[in-house]
Amino acid sequence: MALYSEKVMDHFRNPRNVGVIEDADGVGEVGNAKCGDIMKMYLKIDNGVIQDVKFETFGCGSAIASSSMATEMIKGKPVDEALHLTNKAVAEALDGLPAHKLHCSVLAEEAIKSALLDYYRKNNIPYDEAQFSEKAECSHGCCAEG
Amino acid sequence: MKIYADNAATTKMSRRAIDAMLPYMEDCFGNPSSLYTIGQQANEALTDARERIAACLGCAAREITFTSGGSEADNQAIRSAAATGALRGKKHIISTAFEHHAVLHTLEQLKKEGYEVELLDVHSNGLVTAEQVAAAIRPDTCLVTVMYANNEIGTVQPIAEIGAVCRARGVTFHTDAVQAAGHLPIHVAEQNIDMLSLSAHKFHGPKGCGALYVRRGIPLRSLIEGGAQERGKRAGTENVPAIMGMAAALEDACAHLNETMPRVCALRDRLIAGISKIPHCALNGDAQQRLPGNVSFCFEGIEGESLLLLLDDRGISASSGSACTSGSLDPSHVLLAIGRVHDVAHGSLRLTIDESNTEEEIDYLISAVEEVVTYLRGMSPIWRDLQNGKRQYIL
Repeated sequence: MALYSEKVMDHFRNPRNVGVIEDADGVGEVGNAKCGDIMKMYLKIDNGVIQDVKFETFGCGSAIASSSMATEMIKGKPVDEALHLTNKAVAEALDGLPAHKLHCSVLAEEAIKSALLDYYRKNNIPYDEAQFSEKAECSHGCCAEG
Repeated sequence: MKIYADNAATTKMSRRAIDAMLPYMEDCFGNPSSLYTIGQQANEALTDARERIAACLGCAAREITFTSGGSEADNQAIRSAAATGALRGKKHIISTAFEHHAVLHTLEQLKKEGYEVELLDVHSNGLVTAEQVAAAIRPDTCLVTVMYANNEIGTVQPIAEIGAVCRARGVTFHTDAVQAAGHLPIHVAEQNIDMLSLSAHKFHGPKGCGALYVRRGIPLRSLIEGGAQERGKRAGTENVPAIMGMAAALEDACAHLNETMPRVCALRDRLIAGISKIPHCALNGDAQQRLPGNVSFCFEGIEGESLLLLLDDRGISASSGSACTSGSLDPSHVLLAIGRVHDVAHGSLRLTIDESNTEEEIDYLISAVEEVVTYLRGMSPIWRDLQNGKRQYIL
């Protein structure tokens, strides 16, 4: 069996929404170069709806595929809906990820939340802090010691 | 174009090795310990293989023990030398920080059993020196184990010099020559080597088969208890077909070293020169003291696994020391040992070529690597930050 599902390989080979939005309404970056993955999300939001989304990712195949899939899942959606996108939903949409790669989908969820938080703050929109738990520097523990 | 560029992981078996194996599976399949004709024929074959392998290494046939591969040979050599040392009250072992895990993990285990293990620092060029070894040897040192050539960055250690230091101080010297055997000239007697491990599948022989050379006079203890095979040093019915394949492959490799080494070195240097033109990358390990087929680079701003997947799409089989390809959270201990920081160690690529490759293939490798690195950098937030001056280049 191959390491990744066909879906993962498709999104890795042909990533959707790669790039930068210069006048983004919200930008979020998560991850750490030391751990080997960084995701950056750019959101263009109008009337509470995500009109456009772009990403840049430094990371493995599943990190790139997770970013791509996550952007597809929130594009055109209301921000409230995007806020509830879970890593589990991203992994499922990719027909699963190997166990040691699940942190890539976590990173995608966190990147979107981070961009949404940036949007709320920039626009002085009240938000529920409980939805943005303080996250560690990296989601898979490799930076725990430093 | 399909290019297999991961010969340090394993090699394609040679026709000669396969042909050498077949008779011992089809006709002469007897157990070498049996007294009837096909058993004794198998036994004679083993004797013949042992002599031929010994001739390739510059030792006597009785100094060769067949094992299941390089890992077993490393385990047995180290455990055996450690046990012998302990009997004499010597429990200090010297090695290096960038050995193969077959060595490092055995040493870790010995540490738990009360041995003191000292890992020498590796210079940024991927080399250790005989002086470092000499300075580390103590009256209670029972073993020095230093790999002949590194599996990831290809650096070739000054084995004869290290051997001479150990011999002069009366310390047993083992070398893991898994990457070197069949690729570099080896003469255990001239190089003062007491114990040497090798693995058949690294030189176009079969998997699951290796050998351990132990100099006469150095005690060897068995790891596997059972029958009296291998003069009681390694129980279990000998893998006769694989051993015949190994002998044929090693003989073949050593007989052609004079032609293949310069040819593979030239291909390697062409590949290194081509990849070096990509901005912000660096060769890992010394450019000269290097295995003929090894090319190892770190690239800034990209991650190794995605690099491998895209190279695979272009028909290229390669390897990386990134955490994502190792299945652990840290990138390769070898790259960290030579001082590469995590950020760039994740972006490593190892291409290991052999004598079957052509200049055309090398040029294809160069253009594919350049294309993929450029593409991945184009979507990397780190690369953007580097280019915008928000982050400092390391390479």
